[in-house]
Amino acid sequence: MNRLASRLPAIVEQHQQEILTEWVRLQLESGAWRAGRLQETQLRDESQRFLHLLVNNLKNGIQFDTRNSQWSDVREFLSDLSRSRAIQGFSPSQVATFVFSLKQPIFTRLRGSLVSDPEVLADAMWDATTLLDSLGLYTTEVYQQARESVIARQQEELIELSTPVVELWPGILALPLIGTLDSERTQVVMETLLQRLVATGSSIAVIDITGVPTVDTLVAQHLLKTVSAAQLMGADCIISGIRPQIAQTIVHLGIDLSAVATKASLSDAFALALKRRGLGVVTSAVARG
Amino acid sequence: MDRVPILRLGDCLLVTVQVDMHDELAMALQDDLTNKIVATKARGVLIDISALEMVDSFIGRMLGNIAAMSRILDARTVVVGMQPAVAITLVELGLSLPGIRTALNVDAGLALLRRMLDTSGEGVHVD
Repeated sequence: MNRLASRLPAIVEQHQQEILTEWVRLQLESGAWRAGRLQETQLRDESQRFLHLLVNNLKNGIQFDTRNSQWSDVREFLSDLSRSRAIQGFSPSQVATFVFSLKQPIFTRLRGSLVSDPEVLADAMWDATTLLDSLGLYTTEVYQQARESVIARQQEELIELSTPVVELWPGILALPLIGTLDSERTQVVMETLLQRLVATGSSIAVIDITGVPTVDTLVAQHLLKTVSAAQLMGADCIISGIRPQIAQTIVHLGIDLSAVATKASLSDAFALALKRRGLGVVTSAVARG
Repeated sequence: MDRVPILRLGDCLLVTVQVDMHDELAMALQDDLTNKIVATKARGVLIDISALEMVDSFIGRMLGNIAAMSRILDARTVVVGMQPAVAITLVELGLSLPGIRTALNVDAGLALLRRMLDTSGEGVHVD
């Protein structure tokens, strides 16, 4: 590439306007363009800005390196473009096509200007290909990163969402667990429960495992840990929502839950919690008729 | 050297741990507390550790020791105000502090202590 004989920068700069017009036309025609998602004016504007940046940078050298600070403005532009299109629902190949579709107009100009000298033409084409390929791949990379960050955020939200602690009665908390308990989730569950115990000054917590599909030794251990931690803080735990199959599994696995009060249903557990707090439920005279 | 203050509350003693316990301080507390129980004929001990952010196995064992010592001197111990992070650490360390009663806060602890002393029924009531 040190052959500055490469004619690419000069030719692109010289034919900037024609390249832009043809490029936008190609993009509008190609399948990557989805009418309605993107305004034509916006596409034209983006194309123009990108080509302008490209021309400016070509003067400094034609090798695109993602770590090279020289290309930072192009990099920034492509990152923004890739992210916004990822959010709009474009596929990675459609995003990359934005860059790749620039090849054809540039090649046409190169061929037109250098037809007399095939060797120089081949070099210039090669330069253009490597440059545009690396730029296109960069958009894909950013696209993927944007998607991954969305997934990571959703996973976090899922963990947060799935551990609500509700107050059944002043001094009685309930923790309805839904979904499989792994170590990470148990940690979050444990912390949320203990913090709510302190915040509400509750002395009894009902852990309802109706929504937990399976209980193995690990899940049981996690539950027991939560119970002991709550006990250390001075709160009692009741485990409720134990389905028949789960009861069988627990016994077959030899898990000892005798240290914890267990109930089959949440309502039984709530009744026990009320009793422990010295409260009771009575049918009022009105309802009795 | 710093000392952990021990306050008298009727026939109970209130120990408020305000600073992070280092080993020396813990040993001094054991000394002071046993002396104080004997001197005041206290029947109950409340240890408030709500300001404690960190607990290691040594402090965990020390709490157990204090409870055992108090028991020998015929006083019941209730540990109150344990922070969630501390509780999790203790469970992870495998220290579930058997033989120690716990309560969420000083109020609840005092009520628990009252109930324990009432139901033990050993007190000689002098009218």
